Amino acid sequence: MSPRSRSSTAARVQAHAPVFAALGDKTRLSLVARLADGRPHSISQLTAGSRLTRQAITKHLRVLESAGMVHSSREGRESLFELSPQPIKGIREYLDLVSEQWDQALSRLKSFVED
Amino acid sequence: MENRIEKRIELKAPVSRVWRALTDYREFGEWFRVKLESPFVPGQVARGQITHPGYEHVKWEAVVQKMEPERLFSFTWHPYAVDPKIDYSKETPTLIEFRLEKSESGTLLVLTESGFNKIPSERRLEAFRMNDGGWKAQMKNIESHVAQKP
Repeated sequence: MSPRSRSSTAARVQAHAPVFAALGDKTRLSLVARLADGRPHSISQLTAGSRLTRQAITKHLRVLESAGMVHSSREGRESLFELSPQPIKGIREYLDLVSEQWDQALSRLKSFVED
Repeated sequence: MENRIEKRIELKAPVSRVWRALTDYREFGEWFRVKLESPFVPGQVARGQITHPGYEHVKWEAVVQKMEPERLFSFTWHPYAVDPKIDYSKETPTLIEFRLEKSESGTLLVLTESGFNKIPSERRLEAFRMNDGGWKAQMKNIESHVAQKP
């Protein structure tokens, strides 16, 4: 692992840890799935068909919002929530980096045992 | 496609040699670039200091899971937990597994890192489809990336 990619990995871990954490919950996953149509949804729409209360759904939406995965806007008296695709793309890049670090470590292992 | 990284690499060395390079804490430290304090023991925390130039201030920590001689070595850790200001202990650790198999040229080593904090399974990934490609396509990228660099 080169120092440069390592330090950028550190920055990425910092940036993406909340995204991984935000996705590590079934309710939030299903909210993200419902928001995946790319359109803004009200809390009432997102609560419909769920066994959870409006308050609980709102709390999960705020977690997603603080991880940068959704953003909200107001329309009249209602808050509308919309998905931000960037953090999910970021995760892919993060996994690519971890993958690359392993390539480098394993190639050092190869020279180590074959020499 | 799962939330894991898998690498397969052929090593021209006997299984016993590769096993030692993986599980002897001094040998592991040589190629992984970490100075470990003590031998690996299942169920115990392994601690050390990174020796990679420029990163000597970074601590390394993992919890050894399994050591099945010449077959399986595994540990959990927080991947690239290199920023001392961040408390990584609250995050779900990932699981690293090294599996060894005898092969024609010596040893087939299969490395997996899994459990990136419960990234959704394939069926869940479908739901993430978005205009610019979505999870599934992105995960394919990872697959081909991994395939290109065995």
